[in-house]
Amino acid sequence: MSGRWLAKRFGRALVTLWLLMSFTFVALHLSADPALQILGPEAGPEAIADFNRRWGLDRPYWEQYVRHLGRLAILDFGQSFRTSDPALDMVTARVPATLALMLPTAVLALALGIPLGVLAAIRRNTLVDRAAMTAAVVGYAIPNFLVGILLIYLFSVWLGWLQPSGIVDWRSWLMPVATMASAEAAVFARFARSATAEMLGHPMMRTALANGIPWPQAVREHALPNAAIPVVTVAGLFLGSLIGGGVITENVFAWPGLGRMLVDAVAARDYSVVQTIVLLIGVTMVVANLLVDLAYGWIDPRIRDQRR
Amino acid sequence: MSMAKPFDDRTALGRAGRLWRRWPPLVVAAAGVLTLLVFVALTAQWLRPYALDEQDLLNRYAPPVFMGGDWAHPLGTDGIGQDVLSLMLRAIQVSLSIAFLGTLIGAVGGTILGFAAAHFRGWVDGLVGVLVDFQASLPFIVLALALLAVMPDADMGTFVILMCIYGWERYARLARGLALAAQEQGYVVAQSALGSSPWRLYLRHILLNIAAVLVVNMSLNFPATILTETSLNFLGIGIEPPDTSLGVLMGQGRSHLYKAPWIALLPGAVIFVATFSMSILGDWLRDRLDATTR
Repeated sequence: MSGRWLAKRFGRALVTLWLLMSFTFVALHLSADPALQILGPEAGPEAIADFNRRWGLDRPYWEQYVRHLGRLAILDFGQSFRTSDPALDMVTARVPATLALMLPTAVLALALGIPLGVLAAIRRNTLVDRAAMTAAVVGYAIPNFLVGILLIYLFSVWLGWLQPSGIVDWRSWLMPVATMASAEAAVFARFARSATAEMLGHPMMRTALANGIPWPQAVREHALPNAAIPVVTVAGLFLGSLIGGGVITENVFAWPGLGRMLVDAVAARDYSVVQTIVLLIGVTMVVANLLVDLAYGWIDPRIRDQRR
Repeated sequence: MSMAKPFDDRTALGRAGRLWRRWPPLVVAAAGVLTLLVFVALTAQWLRPYALDEQDLLNRYAPPVFMGGDWAHPLGTDGIGQDVLSLMLRAIQVSLSIAFLGTLIGAVGGTILGFAAAHFRGWVDGLVGVLVDFQASLPFIVLALALLAVMPDADMGTFVILMCIYGWERYARLARGLALAAQEQGYVVAQSALGSSPWRLYLRHILLNIAAVLVVNMSLNFPATILTETSLNFLGIGIEPPDTSLGVLMGQGRSHLYKAPWIALLPGAVIFVATFSMSILGDWLRDRLDATTR
């Protein structure tokens, strides 16, 4: 991996970060009058003027923009106008709950989806393949919130076994994790199947078999490592999106995480909180994308050579 | 694609077998369901038995006929006595229109940007690339929520715009890559040597050659568009009553899950049937039209 490629890749990540910060600025000014948006239509002219002064909205745009970037650079994300607490503290307080939900989901989705996809590819056009792929299409076509509601209907309303919302004990994890893992596992299964099937049909497999390498060994040592490359990409992007991926599920199960906080903040037009969450998720994704790209060169020598 | 066994045209069974292979029953069923949904979307305002804001306050939480209700409200009523069938018909209309218009406009806009990037290269290409990078840096739900936070009074139009933003980037990347590949090919080189204008070249020749791939992508992406729209509206920060969408209905219904489960479950079933049918049809279209995936 040459220094030039690295510099270019880091440059792109920085440009994306800058765009993210600019986006939060432009988005706030897209609405005709942020003060009216945030204070509500009953706000008097004095309240509006006061608000505009406090947020610096009476200054020229370029000055506001520079100040905006300056504040973000020193990690000053402003305050929630509802509670007057620093937005960053409020948001970071919610991160553990989200991670506690996402990590088991990620493990389960990868552990279910990838073996299922590989198995379907190896037993292509058999009953196993058909069943696995039908399950994957169904898992993909059912929206998360419908799965969540069906689970609540079954286990909370009908059977009365599980609490429908919040964190009470370990059983609170069952329904949200099942909801998200089923959807993600479906995506991984489809992806792992097509990646493996492509490699099984590759001429190198015929060469390996012609050289007398037994089929299981050829699959294990030649097809699967190559099929792993695109799967790693998708898995990497998925891990990056974990922190924001649970917005829907967290809301269905009233999970006290980031996703629920984001929706509440949007409904209340609490812009500092929205902005902080958006930036936090964005930075996580940019870093994850960067790491995936770096990992690519590490697992695939061909790409490493191209980057010289 | 695996080679089909030849079927004997002289027997009825053989003809049926061939038909079976060409039109798999699941695909035919999916196409039928989608035709029905499109018909509902086009005629909902005449089909619905009650006005959208009409309330039957003496008849709240009336169960649907299959749960012991009567035919005055075939799919029951909700917590304020609104007819669920009428709401559902409107919701299908709104959700399908958003998904269809959003997909279409996003595909056209994305394709134009992709062609522009491939044609001009240089800074235009760089700009499109940066925009694609930006969009990849946020899960779309989060980006949409950030936009909804500053857009007052979301309605159907707002969501059409959001769905364009959701989709354009995929078509831009595809169209750019395919156009770059096409520029190397004989027919494009010949056309430009003959003096075709770039417009003619891209619209008449390159577009027609890559249309299959774009259409397959639209059909594969359509279910995701419906899921995204309904998810956002499910959260209760999108389209405002009295207007509705399948997501809005489900979001309202979930607080009545104990008392009136049909309010949430019926629209949920429609969402599932629509996205599942479209996935089946999309996969089938891809296998038939897109030579690059097989």
